[in-house]
Amino acid sequence: MATTVHDPPKSGTDQKHPALTTTGNGNRGGVLPGGGNLREVKRYSPPPASTGIWVGIAAIAMTFAAFTSALIVRKGSSNDWQPFTLPIILYLNSALLLASSVTLEVGRRRVAAFMAGVKTHRARPARWLYVTLTLGVFFVAGQYAAWKQLRAQGVFLATNPSSSFFYLLTAVHALHVLGGLAGLLLVIGRLRSCVLRRSTLDIASRYWHFMDVLWFYLLLLLWMTL
Amino acid sequence: MHDMSAQAVQHHAPPTSFIGKHVFSLDHKVIGKQYYALALVAVVIGMVLSWLMRIHLAWPSAKIPLLHYLSANGAAGNVMTPEYYLQLMTMHGTIMVFFVLTTAPFAAFGNYFLPIQVGAEDMPFPHFNMMSFWVTFVSFLVMIASFFVGDGPTLGGWTQYAPLSAIGPASGPGQGMGVVLWASSIAIFCVGQLLGSLNFITTTLDMRTRGMSLWRLPLTAWAWFITSVMGLTAFAVLMPACILLILDHVAGTSFFVASNLVISDQVQPHSGGSTLLWQHLFWFFGHPEVYIAIVPGMGIVSHVLITNMRRPLLSHRVMVYSMGALAVLSYMVYGHHMFVSGMNPFSSLAFSFPTLIITIPSTIVVLIWLGSLYGSKLRINSASLFSLGFISMFISGGVSGFFLAQPSIDIMLHATYFVVGHFHLVMAVAAIFGIFAGTYFWFPKMTGRMMNETLGKIHFWLSFVGAYCIFMPFHYLGLAGNVRRYQAFVDDYLQPLLPVHKFITVAALVTGAAQLVFLYNLVYSRFRGERAADNPWQATSLEWSTPTTPPPFDNFGGQHPVVYHDPYQFGIEASTGDYVMQNSPEEIHTVRDEE
Repeated sequence: MATTVHDPPKSGTDQKHPALTTTGNGNRGGVLPGGGNLREVKRYSPPPASTGIWVGIAAIAMTFAAFTSALIVRKGSSNDWQPFTLPIILYLNSALLLASSVTLEVGRRRVAAFMAGVKTHRARPARWLYVTLTLGVFFVAGQYAAWKQLRAQGVFLATNPSSSFFYLLTAVHALHVLGGLAGLLLVIGRLRSCVLRRSTLDIASRYWHFMDVLWFYLLLLLWMTL
Repeated sequence: MHDMSAQAVQHHAPPTSFIGKHVFSLDHKVIGKQYYALALVAVVIGMVLSWLMRIHLAWPSAKIPLLHYLSANGAAGNVMTPEYYLQLMTMHGTIMVFFVLTTAPFAAFGNYFLPIQVGAEDMPFPHFNMMSFWVTFVSFLVMIASFFVGDGPTLGGWTQYAPLSAIGPASGPGQGMGVVLWASSIAIFCVGQLLGSLNFITTTLDMRTRGMSLWRLPLTAWAWFITSVMGLTAFAVLMPACILLILDHVAGTSFFVASNLVISDQVQPHSGGSTLLWQHLFWFFGHPEVYIAIVPGMGIVSHVLITNMRRPLLSHRVMVYSMGALAVLSYMVYGHHMFVSGMNPFSSLAFSFPTLIITIPSTIVVLIWLGSLYGSKLRINSASLFSLGFISMFISGGVSGFFLAQPSIDIMLHATYFVVGHFHLVMAVAAIFGIFAGTYFWFPKMTGRMMNETLGKIHFWLSFVGAYCIFMPFHYLGLAGNVRRYQAFVDDYLQPLLPVHKFITVAALVTGAAQLVFLYNLVYSRFRGERAADNPWQATSLEWSTPTTPPPFDNFGGQHPVVYHDPYQFGIEASTGDYVMQNSPEEIHTVRDEE
């Protein structure tokens, strides 16, 4: 015989906000941007958003895994696959996207430092986010340029399965990057009006880095199969 | 400062306008009820379609009044053409699988009760949740719209096998615009389910209240959580498959259509596509999908039976592990749908093995129910009867799965009525019975009124006997070689089987009509039913501990419940009787099954 009454598990108590620990096991609660002061909310990331972005990333990864297997099966199913040379501009685009991840990371750390009270002016960390945004826009524009280049060469969506997959994968990826750009805009807007939560910044940048990783995976896949 | 208040993730102010309250609501409870209403509309449409099919099968030249209003070409003179039969069959399958079996047990009940059962005020992303429903609703409208465009909906079956699904109008009526609408609708549906799964997963992992450890979650919460993980991975694969299918239609690509394919005397302008690719992508989704339909039912049935047996299951944890095993294995077995597709025989073996393995967790689940029921003083009410019905259907339909899992036997039985009988019992009727059990059980909490028990029991017996009358003969037909998807049975060897088909049709009409008892009960009880107490079944989980019935906007009236007990503390001595609720701080003595 055992008693089943146990004390409820202790939640991760934030010493600074003892009043906020009314909820427990999920460890949520405890994010109060008090009166618009960003410094009140430093380093507190509510798990739902954090878990949520991982779940979202898992779903996107699964979608591209499906596209990948479709590509491999389709390529192997017939001998009509005609390789073509990837437009050179793709490599420039890749460099832009990689650079944007770096600038975002710099920006994220600076905003975090600002939230922690190390830096005093919010415009400076935001500057890095603008740079990231610009690089991201250039990336999408560059992808568009690559499509135009291919069309000029007479390579269209339906020309060959290789080009079908090229347009499909790059377009679906670009759509997701546009979503990331919207996320960055949201972060910048909230930073400017002083209502940014640390978690929003963190998940937006996690998503952006994932777009970066995903792009290099796609580039490798296309480079190997086209 | 707008929406950035501390717990913006969970807290949003109660809406005041009618539209905010009932239409574009952020409240998970309203969204749950919206999903339920959608499923109800869909199931009525799906059932009427099955009636039309059954009447045509038994009496192929019968005139069905008013049918020509649905399709002037497909049913000229109120007699269905062979093609129109297939079109109705496709829509029956699609509507039932997606808009009933996926939405009702998972999205409807899960939305309503998962947050309450974990002790949260809402799901973490209410806007996504609202979008999830409305996206699904748009998807439904797109699917229904295909009845009214061009030459009607697609006739390719709910599996939409390539290449016929991918080459456009040459392959039959509805194969042009109908397929595009079908694939678009399903792709949109995937978005809705992905948003829903995102919320379900994060709710279970992150929104649990104090003391609600994972092992204190009720089995329903576990079932919805496991289902949402399956939904996330399965719908994320179906969506790209639908995109490829749409591109083959509208953009002239060749993903699924092979070279030099001649259809209706025309060489198709595609080359080199792989028809098997569609089957792989589809069934990688399709098999988990049947578990997405059935696992929530397993949770609901366990939840209902435990409450009515007044004792926990033989093992809570083994139940959870088994449902988890079903989810994992569901991805490894999908090739058993393709035994006769011409794939490598070694692949058949490789898929047959896990298919036989998956019967083990299924059997464990059933044995836990039966073992727990043995010797219990089960309270007989509509909810517990439908739970027993679920188990019965699941066993009857599951047993035929053993046969079909073996490639050598499946070659004989593939695409016969045996398969149709198998999946209707194990997945469709069982899941529907799970929905009924959940409805009778939770209706008091959702509406504040009790459903009529007498009508409920009448509904059960008519449905239970009726479902067996319809679907057991399917097995005999299949063994006799009756192929599925034929619109009429003209061959000599099928003639002796016609009386069986007529019997099935009559049974289907009667069983379908019996559902009017349920609909009447649902509507009547909603407005005139006896007032329900907060905890009419003396249950233990948190949904029965809300301060009002139905629960207030934030579920617990501004409080966070604190959980002290495992989910099913029945058969004990406590101040409240033979049970103690999860949030009761009372000390009790009992043996936990894990110790």
